[in-house]
Amino acid sequence: MDDVFPVVLWQLGPVAITDTVVVSLALSVLLVVGSVLLRRLERVRAAMEVVYELLEDAVTTMVSANVRPLIPVILTQWLFIGLANLIGLLPVVSSPTRDVSLTAALAVVALGVGHVYAFRANGMAYLKRYIEPHPLLLPFNIIGELSRTLALALRLFGNMMSAELVGAIVVLLAGLLIPVPLMLLSVLTGVVQAYIFGVLTLVFTASSMEAAVNPRSKGKAVGGEAVKSPDSIT
Amino acid sequence: MNAQEWISLVSIVTAGVTVTFGSIAPALAEGRAVERALEAIARQPDASDQITRTLFVGMAMVESTAIYCLVIALVLLFANPFLG
Repeated sequence: MDDVFPVVLWQLGPVAITDTVVVSLALSVLLVVGSVLLRRLERVRAAMEVVYELLEDAVTTMVSANVRPLIPVILTQWLFIGLANLIGLLPVVSSPTRDVSLTAALAVVALGVGHVYAFRANGMAYLKRYIEPHPLLLPFNIIGELSRTLALALRLFGNMMSAELVGAIVVLLAGLLIPVPLMLLSVLTGVVQAYIFGVLTLVFTASSMEAAVNPRSKGKAVGGEAVKSPDSIT
Repeated sequence: MNAQEWISLVSIVTAGVTVTFGSIAPALAEGRAVERALEAIARQPDASDQITRTLFVGMAMVESTAIYCLVIALVLLFANPFLG
């Protein structure tokens, strides 16, 4: 059943187990088991390493900070969100990212990643970013951080939800084969949104990692890429 | 009409208006962004990779304002907090 809204499968006391939980957990297990199994096969592993290096290059050329420890996080986000978006194309399951709970959880993870990696890079000094350029701006910095996280969650949710909704409505109105172009469009949306989620996590985390080291270098274009200052693109 | 029906009526109309006006501005903005990106690629084809990448991220940013409007419309239609 291809439902637009999350379906409650079981009710465990006060906790409702929706299909989002089942599908996303199954995806995680699939990713972990698949990566362990693929590592055993010599030839697949070599091919995967080429792909990994390509993606690694894509991540490191995007920001100027030393983001090497961040790469697994970003690549996992790309993989998980991309698969979660695309799995909605299969007939029985619908993509778990159409549920705001999952995207909110992913955004909270992104927020936590920002703090953990900034702390690892600079120690407690990373908190200085909140009182830049003046301590009076502390509440605004906190609101900015929270609204950034909210926007991250709502962007993914809104895109996937609208794709599912439009698909369902067109199926209802027009019949069998008409939604195929829309599904092609939703492949593009899904991949681009996964990419953007990872890139935004990367940019936000990198900016908080390097802000404490040198607050003045924030506005300068270093790597030639335009996505630098986190404040201008929230 | 009682109060609940008025709330439904206003919610439905507001949802339509929200999506209408919320998609006009992002559409114009995305058009401008693509226009500028095409100009830049025509001028410097070597940098097209970086320009395209930045364009995608920027367009997703612009589009997210339209998505916020859509989310508000969806809340009004399917999860209206004022309907009992």
